[in-house]
Amino acid sequence: MPDETGTRITRGYTGYPETHAAMGSLYQRDFGQHPLPYSPGYKTTVARSPSLPLLSMPSTITEETGPVFGHEMLADLDNDLTCNFTGRPAIGERIIVHGRVTDQERRPQRGVLIEVWQANAGGRYRHRKDGYLAPLDPDFGGCGRCITDDEGRYEFHTIKPGAYPWPNGTNDWRPAHIHFSIFGTGFGQRLITQMYFEGDPLIPRCPIIATIPDPKVAERLVAPLDMAMAMPMDSLAYRFDIVLRGRRQTTFENRMEGL
Amino acid sequence: MVQKLETFHETPSQTAGPYVHIGCTPNFIGVEGIYSADLGAADPFPDAGDTITLVGRVIDGTGTPLRDCMVEFWQADGGGRYRPGQGFARRPADAETGEWRLVTVKPGRVPFSDKVMQAPHIAVWIAARGINLGLHTRIYFEDEDNDGDPLLGRIELRHRVPTLVARRDGGVYRHDIVLKGEGETVFLDI
Ligand SMILES: [Fe+2]
Repeated sequence: MPDETGTRITRGYTGYPETHAAMGSLYQRDFGQHPLPYSPGYKTTVARSPSLPLLSMPSTITEETGPVFGHEMLADLDNDLTCNFTGRPAIGERIIVHGRVTDQERRPQRGVLIEVWQANAGGRYRHRKDGYLAPLDPDFGGCGRCITDDEGRYEFHTIKPGAYPWPNGTNDWRPAHIHFSIFGTGFGQRLITQMYFEGDPLIPRCPIIATIPDPKVAERLVAPLDMAMAMPMDSLAYRFDIVLRGRRQTTFENRMEGL
Repeated sequence: MVQKLETFHETPSQTAGPYVHIGCTPNFIGVEGIYSADLGAADPFPDAGDTITLVGRVIDGTGTPLRDCMVEFWQADGGGRYRPGQGFARRPADAETGEWRLVTVKPGRVPFSDKVMQAPHIAVWIAARGINLGLHTRIYFEDEDNDGDPLLGRIELRHRVPTLVARRDGGVYRHDIVLKGEGETVFLDI
């Protein structure tokens, strides 16, 4: 896959597959833009967060390459959660969730696989470990996927998920959210996150969102209502843009000895 | 005054939560009929003759295996080439034991620079409830020559190097990943 500018990158070494030959090394991750691994307000993180520092190192061919997924793997209804489970319509407020995937230089990321999962309109997941008393919807499975087009755009049709309580504090509730899993072109860009909905009063009360120390950063996970994309008499729309780690674009990229 | 540096921030991560299977391996938990097969459920090199088996668990800071995590693998083929249509796998931990199992080829050496090669390794990425930002690590092999590997060479506390090296155990390679505490695995900012 050539990059946006068409620049060929002269790497200091060979061995990249054709799809990745023109791609540079990844920008170092800015951990100030992410949640803290150890966040006692979200109790499960306490035993599951490393206590020692990460080993920092520039990306290598291993992280700069990654699996490539083609549109042929998708079925017609993969991105339509309103009816991809039984073919009958799921119960709930019909919405469109759409946006663009770019890198940190705003270069569109085409061919990106996005997988989503969510609770039903009552806040219940189709999972044996979810015992919430809200009922399952027999016509809602709860997952969907799509691959971005040449401009990095994606679109899902779904129903708005409900808020739900979870065992953390005695009365913690998750704001309505959709889980997103995103594959960039490099394995080092791999990202899982959650999208929230504009105006939800549970957002400032959520211990999981609060694992991101800076509320300004967390705001970037809140999708605004997008009336321009809403379909009259059919669906409201929310827009959620996604930014993946950038790549250096340079004609010279040689690794110094000893690095 | 200077020009404004117009680099954007990466989208913040959030935990995959306890129901990651619904989105990533729905067939594994019985949400069937949406995808014909779970992504990455097949062996990474399905046509390979000469395979190895890797078995492991992800263990938390109390010594308990995670039974709700998802582990992803990305690796070169036996000749040390990354192939876009192959080399990826995704394994949910077993709901009872927390174990995952990967049947694959042993990767070849891949370049680091024009002079330096990396020892054979598999990239690993872990997502789960309680993990706010997916964890990158690697699996090397104890019966390979790992001297001179640029990543292993960077590990300052040398006694931590074995946390990235799978050991032979009968016919399989065994590799537990420890999230925290004694024997904590080296995780990567890479
Ligand atoms: Fe959730």
